[in-house]
Order: sequence, then structure tokens, then C-alpha cells
Amino acid sequence: MGAAIFTHSIGPKQSQQEVVPRALRARRRYWGLALCAVLLAALAAASVFIGTRSIPPRVTVQAIIAFDPANSEHLLVWHLRLPRALLGIVVGCALGVAGAIMQALTRNPLADPGILGVNAGATLAIVAAIAFFDIIDVSGYLWFGLAGAALAGVAVYLLGGIRQGLNPVRLVLAGSALSVVLLALTQIITVNSNEQVFDQFRHWVVGSLQGRGFDVLLPTAVLTALALGASIALARMLDALALGHDSGKALGASPRVVWIASALIVIVLAGTATAAAGPISFIGLTAPHVARFVVGPDHRWLLPFSMAFSALMVVGADILGRLVGHPGEVAVGIMVALIGGPFFIVLVQRWRMVRL
Amino acid sequence: MSKALPSLKAPPNTRLWRYGGWSLLYSPRALVVGTVLAMLMVVTAALVLTLGKMDIGPGHVLAVLLGKGDGGLHDHIILNIRLPRVLTALFVGVALGISGAVFQSVSRNALGSPDVIGFTTGAATGALAQIILSGPDPLCIAMAAVVGGVLTAVAVYALARQGGVVGSYRLILTGIGVGAVLTALNGLMLVRGDLDDAVMANLWLAGSLHARTWDHVWPVMIGTALLVPVVLAGASALRMIEMGDDIASQLGIRVERVRLTMIFAAVVLAALAVGAAGPIAFVALAAPQLAARLCRGTGLPVLSAGLMGSVLLLAADLLTQSLPLAVSVPIGRMTGIVGGIYLIWLLTRSRQL
Repeated sequence: MGAAIFTHSIGPKQSQQEVVPRALRARRRYWGLALCAVLLAALAAASVFIGTRSIPPRVTVQAIIAFDPANSEHLLVWHLRLPRALLGIVVGCALGVAGAIMQALTRNPLADPGILGVNAGATLAIVAAIAFFDIIDVSGYLWFGLAGAALAGVAVYLLGGIRQGLNPVRLVLAGSALSVVLLALTQIITVNSNEQVFDQFRHWVVGSLQGRGFDVLLPTAVLTALALGASIALARMLDALALGHDSGKALGASPRVVWIASALIVIVLAGTATAAAGPISFIGLTAPHVARFVVGPDHRWLLPFSMAFSALMVVGADILGRLVGHPGEVAVGIMVALIGGPFFIVLVQRWRMVRL
Repeated sequence: MSKALPSLKAPPNTRLWRYGGWSLLYSPRALVVGTVLAMLMVVTAALVLTLGKMDIGPGHVLAVLLGKGDGGLHDHIILNIRLPRVLTALFVGVALGISGAVFQSVSRNALGSPDVIGFTTGAATGALAQIILSGPDPLCIAMAAVVGGVLTAVAVYALARQGGVVGSYRLILTGIGVGAVLTALNGLMLVRGDLDDAVMANLWLAGSLHARTWDHVWPVMIGTALLVPVVLAGASALRMIEMGDDIASQLGIRVERVRLTMIFAAVVLAALAVGAAGPIAFVALAAPQLAARLCRGTGLPVLSAGLMGSVLLLAADLLTQSLPLAVSVPIGRMTGIVGGIYLIWLLTRSRQL
């Protein structure tokens, strides 16, 4: 089987680890994923029960099983807390997988989904929506953000040169160049607009799940689910390509197809997540590193574990943000980095990270 | 097999110059690129000097610079307003370009910049803390930014150090972690801070060359002049470390010492730049890349990266001052737009990177 070759030939560190029979390892990993799913469900449930306004658990349960539109607490649970918890999961899954694919594609441990210019595109589109179109609600931002992310992603992909052959460094450079241009334009707009524009923008740009309802959740969930489905099919080809273009080709993975498919997937995943919740940059960068530490570089495992870890991180951070900031809340983008940063540093110090 | 013997011939694209017991390895192409960039730098600087609200011709500017001015208002404007601004831009550009070249080599990454070890983010944290928690005094903000940036760099280095060794990879990852925490703190200060202070902070974050005085020029000018030789001396050793720590130490290089010295120099350069002009986007990232592409050499493009940095910054200043724009464009963002578009143009034109 090809897979055995891949896992052993990618990382020299691999050989130093204990040798576990493949079947046993696979079983352990399935259990690991199941455990993550249970944890995620528990966190999501907790997220529905915890909030700025304290609602008795009994009322919360009632709101879900016997919804009463006349009850303001029921409305709160059903229209704000439930979609918020679900959106946390969706955004987390999207960012984790997008980050893992991006790092595989560019073979760069610094790569996060934002490198394709997606975050910057969404940011510019949303600041334009606030400043020029006076749009003030999050569901209005969503479509601007999506359009901006898609345009920027496609532009980077064309500029990064699919026509001139596939070169990761080139793509990375094109992405960061375009990002800088777009973010400069964003700042020029905020500097020249009135204070209200900047006030709205500063709350969006830290990354938050506050006030997102079903109108944001539904499009986000559908797009993310489609892209996640496609990424599963991609995992094996990413493994083949990790050996280098020529070896990848010999193993039957067309670099061009993999590149176009994965870039599209990353644009959809990262673009949707950013449009829905604002730029949460740290997750897409670190969740794959943590996952690689647990399961090694095999993408058929790496993608699901990145997805699970990053969803856990987003939902957990969102809950903590509401507990820490009580009676207000600390935005999830801030909480993710405040907790995840130190954890990540300790991880880097304690263990050898599995290299790309 | 005879080809494997050590030869005394110069590597491709370079020439060897000998004089008695002395020899110097140089690349003609790099020499030409350096000269052209230096000339470009002087020309742009001269052009920027003639720009401004008051119309002063090039001849007059030259006369004032040579000390033949009439001691009037024009002298004051050129010597105390325009010259400090131009020199700040020039040396900030050099400092950023060289700092970026060092970091891209240390991190073995085309995305490397002082931000890799959290420097720029730390500087922003310092400045934001000063603006939002204390008050927007320009000199205090500059000091706070420098302190914040240097402390962050030291913290990242210390955290990444294990058994006296700092691997490039661990340095990058630690930098990501620390940088993320500080970015979050910055976001928290911006969101929780008073709106007026936050707007003020947003302005500082855009970078500026407005109202620069000789107080801004001296530190960055003297500091850069002192540090360039240090970086030049370590450049070839740093280049060899790129091949891997083990190979470099076999070649007789004290890897950790070279790396620490170079990172120190690069961080101080970046600190001087931030103190003088605030965070300037992209110069540290783009200048070394552009210089390396132009030189096509194998060496670390220290001087050409520095010159390229200052050309970029001066050109951006020229654009902001001469374009008839209805909106105000902060210089730190103009560099982003100019450098970014230039790099994109270069990418679409050249087949190879």
C-alpha cells in the first residue's frame, strides 16, 4: 500500500517513535476522533447554556424542545445562542482544514489560510461595505466578505502563476503582496472615514461570533460542508504531492489538479469563515501543527484531526470569552490567541514538532 | 572525479580581485545593481526635497544644501523640515531592508521579516499601551514602541532557546505563538479603549513621516551606520548557516554566535526604524526579495537590500506628496501599495523566481 511508504518517508523523526502496528494505530485514531466529537458536542451544549444573560438550564432545554416565540429567553436561546454555538463549530472546522491544506500546498509551516489573500480581501470588502454602503448588520457583511475573499483568492492564484508552472514560493509571495496592498487600502479607508466606521470595523476585525443568527449560519454551513467534503477526496493526493512534484506525478497525483482543487477549497473555507466571524488568524496556523504532533503528516488523518482540534479551540474560546469578559464579552478571535498562544509556545518547547 | 577537487577559481557570476596577498570576491552584477540603486536613491531623495507646499526649485535646494543659502525662510524649510523627513525615510528604508534580509536568511523563509520573532507586533503593543493607557505624546510613543519591540524579540529568543541552541524552526514557531498573543492584546486594547484613543492608535499604526525633526534622524542614522558593517561581516557566515546548522559548524562557523549577533543587529535596526517612522509595511519583506532577484547572486544581499529599502520608501513618499489625492494616504500604507504592486508585477513578468 502506498500510504505506508508515505508516512515513513516524509519525516525522519517518524522512525524514532515507537513502532505501533498499523491496524492498532488506526483504531486508536478512530477512538481519538470519536473522543474529540464527544468533547465538541459537550462544549457546544455548554455554549448554549452559558451567556451574558443568565438563563436557567431548565428554560434553555425548554426553548429547544418546546419553543415559545412569546418568551424572550426562548428567543434568545433559539435565535442567538444556538446558531452561535453551531457557527463556532462550522468556522472552527473550516479554518483547521484550510490551514492544513495551505501548509501542505505551500510546504511552508508559516502558511495560514490568510496567505492566499483571502482574509485581506474579506476585510477590505467589509470595511468598504461599512464606509460606503452604511451596512451595519453582520448578515449584510457576510456577502461582501465572501465576494471580497473570493476575488482576492482568485487574483492571488492567477498572479501566483498557474500559467507559469506551480511554485509554492511564488504563490506565497503573490498572496502576501496582495494582502499588504488590500490591508493598506483598508487602513486608508478607516483613516479617512469618520469615527463610527472605525468603531464598527474594530469590533469586526478582532474576530467575533457575537450576534450571528441563522441567516449567517445557514450559508456558512452549506458552503463549508461542500468544501469539507471535497477536501476528504483530496487528502490522499496531498500525501503524494508532499513527496515533491515529480514523485507525486509518478504516484498518480496530477499537481495541477491538486493545486487548483485545493486552492478553491481553501478560498471557500477560509473566505466563508472570515466573512462569517471576522479574521481569526491563529487557528488555521496552529491547529494543523498540533494535529501533526498527534498523528504525524498523513493527510487522511491530519485533515480530520486539524478540523476537530480547531473546532474545539473556537467553541471553547468563545465560551471562555463570555465567562472572562462578564458582563460583556471578549471576542473569540482574541481569546483564541490569548489561550492558544502560550499553549502553543509550551508545545514547541516541550516536544519536537513534526516537520512538514 | 577530478572536478571534485577544491579549485581556486571564482564561483559562477563572481569575479576574484587580487592584489598581492589580498583578494576580494565580488559579483559584477551586484556591483552594477548597487550603483544603480544608489543613484536612484539620491535622485528620489533630491526630488522629494523639491516637493512641498512652498515651491522651491532644484537649483535653490542644491544651493541651500551646499551652505550657500540666504539664511531666509527657504533655508529653514529645507534644512529643518524637508531634509529631516528625507533622511528619516532614507535611513529607515536602509534599516528595514537589511533587517529583512537578515531575518529571511535566519528563518530560511521568504516570508521572514522582523515580525517573524514578533518584533513589529511587540512594537505596536508598546505604542498602543502608551496611547490608550497613558497619552499620545509622540516621543513617548516612539520609546514605548522600541521598548515593546525589543522586549518581545528578547522574550521570543529566550523562549526558543533550549540547551544553548536556538533552531530556526523553533524560533519561527515561538515567534508565531508570542506574536499571536500580542496581536490579541492589541485587538483587546483597540476594542476596549476609548474610541478617540483607538482612532489615534490606528493613525500611529499606519506609519508616518510627518513632522520629523533632527531628533528623529540622528538615532536611526547613527545606528544604521554602526550596524551595517556588523551585518556585512557576518553575511557570508549567515549564508552558510542556511545550509543547516550541522553543515555550517563543520565548515568552522560558530553557528549560535553568528545567529545571535545577526538577530541582535537586525532587531536593533528594526527598532530604530519603528522609533523614527512607526510601522512601515512591506519594506522589510519586499526589499531583500527584490534585491536578490536583481542581483541573481549567491550572497546575502545586504547592501542592495538596504538601498532597495530606501528607494522603496523614498518613492512611496514621492508618490504620497505628488499625487493629487483627495484622501490622506499614510506613508506606511503607501509603501504597502507601491511595494506590493511592484512585487506582483515582477511575479507576473518573470518566469522564474
